[in-house]
Amino acid sequence: MSDDTLTIEVDGKSVEARKGQMLIEVTDAIGTYVPRFCYHNKLSVAANCRMCLVEVEKAPKPLPACATPVMDGMKVFTQSNYAREAQKSVMEFLLINHPLDCPICDQGGECELQDLAMGYGNDVSRYQEKKRVVKDKNIGPLVQTEMTRCIHCTRCVRFGEEIAGIQELGSCGRGENMEIGTYVEKSMSSEMSGNIIDLCPVGALTSKPFRFSARTWEMKQLPGIAAHDAVGSNLDFHVRRNEVKRVAPAENEDINEVWLSDRDRFSYEGLYSEERLTQPMLKTDGEWQEVDWETALYAARDRLKSAIDNKGAAQTGTLLSANSSTEEIYLLQKLLRESACQNIDHRLGQIDFSEQDRAPVFPGLGQSIADLENLDAALIIGGNLRKEQPILNHRLRKASLNGAAVMQLNSVAYEFNYALDKEIIVSSLDLARNLAGVLKVIGEAADFSTELKDFLANVELNEDHRHVAARLKEADSASILLGTLCESYEDYYTIYALAELLAEHTGACLSAAGSSANAAGAWLAGGVPHRGPGGAEIADSGKHAAEMINEGLACYLLYQTEPELDCRDSTAALKALNAAESVIVCSSFQSQSMLEYADVLLPIALFAENEGSYVNAEGKQQNFKPAVTPAGEARPGWKVLRVLANMLGLDGFQYENIDQLRAEALTTIGDIKKGKSMVPLLSAPLNQTNVGIQRISDTPMNSSDSLVRHAKSLQETTDVGDGAVHINSKLAEQLGLLESEKVRAEQNENSLTLPLVLDDKVADGCALIHARQTETAALGAWFSDIKLGKT
Amino acid sequence: MTKSTKPLLSGHAREEIDHWVAKYPEDQKQSAVLGALREVQHENGGYLTTELMDAVADYLDMAPIAVYEVASFYSMFETKPVGRHSISVCTNISCMLRGSDDIVRHIEKKLDIRIGETTGDKRYYLKEEEECLAACCGAPMMMVDHIYYENLTPEKVDDILDGLE
Repeated sequence: MSDDTLTIEVDGKSVEARKGQMLIEVTDAIGTYVPRFCYHNKLSVAANCRMCLVEVEKAPKPLPACATPVMDGMKVFTQSNYAREAQKSVMEFLLINHPLDCPICDQGGECELQDLAMGYGNDVSRYQEKKRVVKDKNIGPLVQTEMTRCIHCTRCVRFGEEIAGIQELGSCGRGENMEIGTYVEKSMSSEMSGNIIDLCPVGALTSKPFRFSARTWEMKQLPGIAAHDAVGSNLDFHVRRNEVKRVAPAENEDINEVWLSDRDRFSYEGLYSEERLTQPMLKTDGEWQEVDWETALYAARDRLKSAIDNKGAAQTGTLLSANSSTEEIYLLQKLLRESACQNIDHRLGQIDFSEQDRAPVFPGLGQSIADLENLDAALIIGGNLRKEQPILNHRLRKASLNGAAVMQLNSVAYEFNYALDKEIIVSSLDLARNLAGVLKVIGEAADFSTELKDFLANVELNEDHRHVAARLKEADSASILLGTLCESYEDYYTIYALAELLAEHTGACLSAAGSSANAAGAWLAGGVPHRGPGGAEIADSGKHAAEMINEGLACYLLYQTEPELDCRDSTAALKALNAAESVIVCSSFQSQSMLEYADVLLPIALFAENEGSYVNAEGKQQNFKPAVTPAGEARPGWKVLRVLANMLGLDGFQYENIDQLRAEALTTIGDIKKGKSMVPLLSAPLNQTNVGIQRISDTPMNSSDSLVRHAKSLQETTDVGDGAVHINSKLAEQLGLLESEKVRAEQNENSLTLPLVLDDKVADGCALIHARQTETAALGAWFSDIKLGKT
Repeated sequence: MTKSTKPLLSGHAREEIDHWVAKYPEDQKQSAVLGALREVQHENGGYLTTELMDAVADYLDMAPIAVYEVASFYSMFETKPVGRHSISVCTNISCMLRGSDDIVRHIEKKLDIRIGETTGDKRYYLKEEEECLAACCGAPMMMVDHIYYENLTPEKVDDILDGLE
């Protein structure tokens, strides 16, 4: 027996335990169930429900197992009459004020209180008095409250403090008047707020979109993978009669632990949007008609074939969403490449492709997701990690609470749910210059090449650069995280190269997680114009996304994307699509602009309806099966592509099932390895500091892709775009706009009058206008010079 | 955007809060919350507003909800507007045995309000006092604006209350 372990006796069995463990941890580990409400292994111990009382030898009274540390030789009885009596008494207290509304309660059937009342409650209550009633609170569009049912376990309160990092719920009042709530009416702003639904042991906090729509025992639980960020959180679909009624996290300690971001939890509502495309549609003489699959597929085949035959394969191209499965992307690129076309790209938000040949095989983290919490220092560049990848941010938060220095270099002072060690907030054009500053500090004590020294010669240093450099250098384990905005900067590869050099010389690792659920899979499957599956070099690479848009093609095949929102330059995308001879769209949704530019619409399955696999930011491949059948006539995308390829007379598309296809794709891809790192080459000079105003963008969490954009409740949260211009008060003063409510924004030849919001988090000289918003799409590129003036 | 808290907390309140903050370790600023709320409530005519609690939260680097929790927990804090003079009649065991119920009834009738209410002219607030005020030897007793009055009779109560402006 080492110094750390000791032996206790639980119900007569001898058990080894670690010093400092609480009793309940030991009983849980050996599978002896002790009833509990307030204890949760991811939260601090509150010991306020008293349900876990057990008998401990020589103790004068029953002790709560969650808050009793183990002692050597301790004898514990969890099932003795003494313990059972104590537990039953606590249950009687808990039930005094709990309403008997189980028949109309959404928690009924999966309720911890209901379950334990079966084991520990009496048949009849001795309590004759009136039960207390608590007014419901409105805490936003996602979580429904029914506070009369609350038993004050405070799990939700502790979650806010300890996990979400923003205290929003609290216990107000005392004694019988104690209530859990926000005190002032406000919506919860945490991007993880939905987790309190799972934590609540009773029906006080339930899912608002799900409310009263199914009983828990009518639903089947089927596994799935989250489809929005590069984390690949594991989840469960709760399905009734072929309909996803709600989504809950599935435990995976390596990835999402027991949590799920709100976007991943509530996006399923998009499956049932009225804008779902449920029938193949064909435009003939400018009129849309619903047609059968055969007609639609032949029409698509004819258009593709005639474009390739008449205009050449180089005049056809595919823009796709990297939320598609690896199998779909693999099949899509195979179809195109078999037709001698290399124009395929998922990087719709990117503009700098200069060093794409040097890019790693797939974008990803420099370490595992779980290892993020062991970092000593992290520098976030160009991104709002908390909203983009809430689970990664949660790991970083843990690191930060353990003393790690998390820093940001951004154009907006994004709010984090932990204290940042340092933030450098500058225009997007100056990010590279500041990163170069940090590198230059490192160069003072490192052996840089002459070339690099020359490159850095004119970079000015300041104290912030020294601070960041020192933190990265002194850390045993550091990471430089490129946020999802980076790839939309004009000097993306300069920033990438600088970040990589900085990583190399400080011993930090470089992470670029990508903005979509399957960004890694898209690279691996060959969803880029210059590489085939597995990063295979291609002799004559095709056009990248920006070229396809700017040069214009005769025929576009769009896959699960709305280019007018998802492309970096929305106006250019719309122009190119409207000018094209034919546009074939495989999509789960239809939109007004789609009806204008498209010729054939092929409805395909998504998320819970789809089958396939994703590769997440740590390179982990995760398969998923359909939980429900696709809406209307929609079909899984891989089947549509298979038929299309066969119709085109291409060989090698005779897959009988997804497994065959996956096996082929994975064999072609080979090992999932990031492979080469970029040879840092600083070809482009650093940006000149801008004298005018720079439009900057970011994508609000709930605008990121078409599924979430169609999810009703998420669109009611504050994490959506507001179609406004955000500038800081300094700039507003310079422009004489301090008192204005509206502003005239001119970007190239486009102009719009938009609401003005004063926001001191925005960097000097910048105007933040959210990306992927219909209201502001007419302005054009996400990053650009912009003129602002009075209306 | 960060709201300026300057107009809400007076210079004197800040001094007072700093005095309390100084008593605790540097990273335990929130320990001063009781002292801070008491001072702020006093300066605001006997009750706290959400804005004032937010200002205290901001000053002590606390989440606003944590301040609301404290303010709503302790009975010495009022979170709704109340009258100028706060009257708390002790109704715990000793006072009860010595007729505190009659005293309460008398005051309710005299001021035409129920316990927990404020008079229409905002002059008196008859507070619901949950706890024993620890003056059993002088029961029945009441506390008016922090001052104890013992061995009460209805006449004595009239004198005390009529003497308040």
